[in-house]
Amino acid sequence: MWDWAFTWEILPVLANAAILSIEATLIGFVLAATLGLVLAVVRIAVPRTAWTISVLVELIRSTPLLIQIFFLYFVFPKFGVVLDAFTAGVLAIGIHYAAYCSEVYRAGFDNIHRGQWEASIALNLSAWTTFRDIIIPQAIPPIVPALGNYLVALFKETPLLSAIAVMELMQAAKIIGSETFRYTEPMTLVGLFFLAMSLVSAALIRSLERLLNRRTMR
Amino acid sequence: MGIRTLIGMLVAAVAVIAAMATQEAYRLFLPGLLQGAVLTIEIAILGSLLAIVMGVFAALARLYGPAPVRWLATVYVEIFRGTSALVQLFWLFFVLPQFGVSLDAFLVAVVALGLNVGAYGSEVVRGAILSVARGQWEACTALNMSRAQMLRRIILPQAFVAMIPPWGNLFIELLKSTALVSLITLSDLAFKAQQMNQNTFKTIPIFTLVLLMYLAMSLVLTIGMRLLERRASLGLARGRAG
Repeated sequence: MWDWAFTWEILPVLANAAILSIEATLIGFVLAATLGLVLAVVRIAVPRTAWTISVLVELIRSTPLLIQIFFLYFVFPKFGVVLDAFTAGVLAIGIHYAAYCSEVYRAGFDNIHRGQWEASIALNLSAWTTFRDIIIPQAIPPIVPALGNYLVALFKETPLLSAIAVMELMQAAKIIGSETFRYTEPMTLVGLFFLAMSLVSAALIRSLERLLNRRTMR
Repeated sequence: MGIRTLIGMLVAAVAVIAAMATQEAYRLFLPGLLQGAVLTIEIAILGSLLAIVMGVFAALARLYGPAPVRWLATVYVEIFRGTSALVQLFWLFFVLPQFGVSLDAFLVAVVALGLNVGAYGSEVVRGAILSVARGQWEACTALNMSRAQMLRRIILPQAFVAMIPPWGNLFIELLKSTALVSLITLSDLAFKAQQMNQNTFKTIPIFTLVLLMYLAMSLVLTIGMRLLERRASLGLARGRAG
């Protein structure tokens, strides 16, 4: 049933593809965390945009990531911008998770005591200074675990990139499967890889949470 | 987001779809897409039912089961939360037949998505049960209730209210995950969109319609869960006031 020789043979191929999966995760997450923060800050700093941003976030969160990936991949060329599959896919993942992250940041900002905002106004700080020096340093540490959970969730979405033929882990496993007609080993290995990564990151997030709790305890 | 805004968005989405339907360029695609949407809805409903069953059973097994059952439930939850839904879908579709278990694609879709969301759901159920105030548990003990009585009459009805919003999010996740079944040959909404796109290259109209259709389905779900939440928390001194 399980062929160890075959397993050793495909392991390097999968390991290579796993690197691309991790790259996609990291780039996607940096994009999501940055864009999410921008959305959350603009929403508060420019009240006129609040409604538009919340509708936009709702739109992105209510539709499947797979369709958004297809949309970016197929629609951009219509406007003359040809993105390769990896860029289009990572961009779609980044934007999708930016919508989720912006809600996390918003929760973080909402938890800042009102006096902090009022004191910033009283001190005549600009909106930029208020966010940079007062609000963000206080708002970010408590939400790090929540952001970490989205990092793991984002990582688990990278197999979707195989739908537009990015050579990440899932695509490599699919190709091995269709060439050799053996799906058992590649698919199981992919599953185990994700399981291992998720368990490790869950443990990391837990210890990070403990660390932050200790630091912010007063 | 307030329920009024959500209803407004739903009305707007449906209106845009209807307006598009009057245009020749869009009308062409509607019958096929609606056909796909029906399959999407079927998978979403059956998957959700399986998810609820698995979620409740896994949660109760982890809380009250004897050790082996508890471990089994924990392994189930960790495996299905730790790997990605697409991997689970492919594993059940491609690998299981090699062990002599051949399920058809529709069944694989329902089972994979149901088990996946059920694993997340079990944590929701477990959290909700544990969040019921300690006094309630103590009162049950004081009244000499059996564990089954306590759960059925006192704990679960209160936990139910706390479960509604997170389950609503999970149902939406499940609805969105149904797009993945297009990758195991099922002709759901996402599959139809892909197929039409390859045949006609009318990418923008097709995908705009599809996104709006998914949006409308998600909004119906969100609004439904909000109303359910409002109803269920009537007379309970907790949660948001309706």
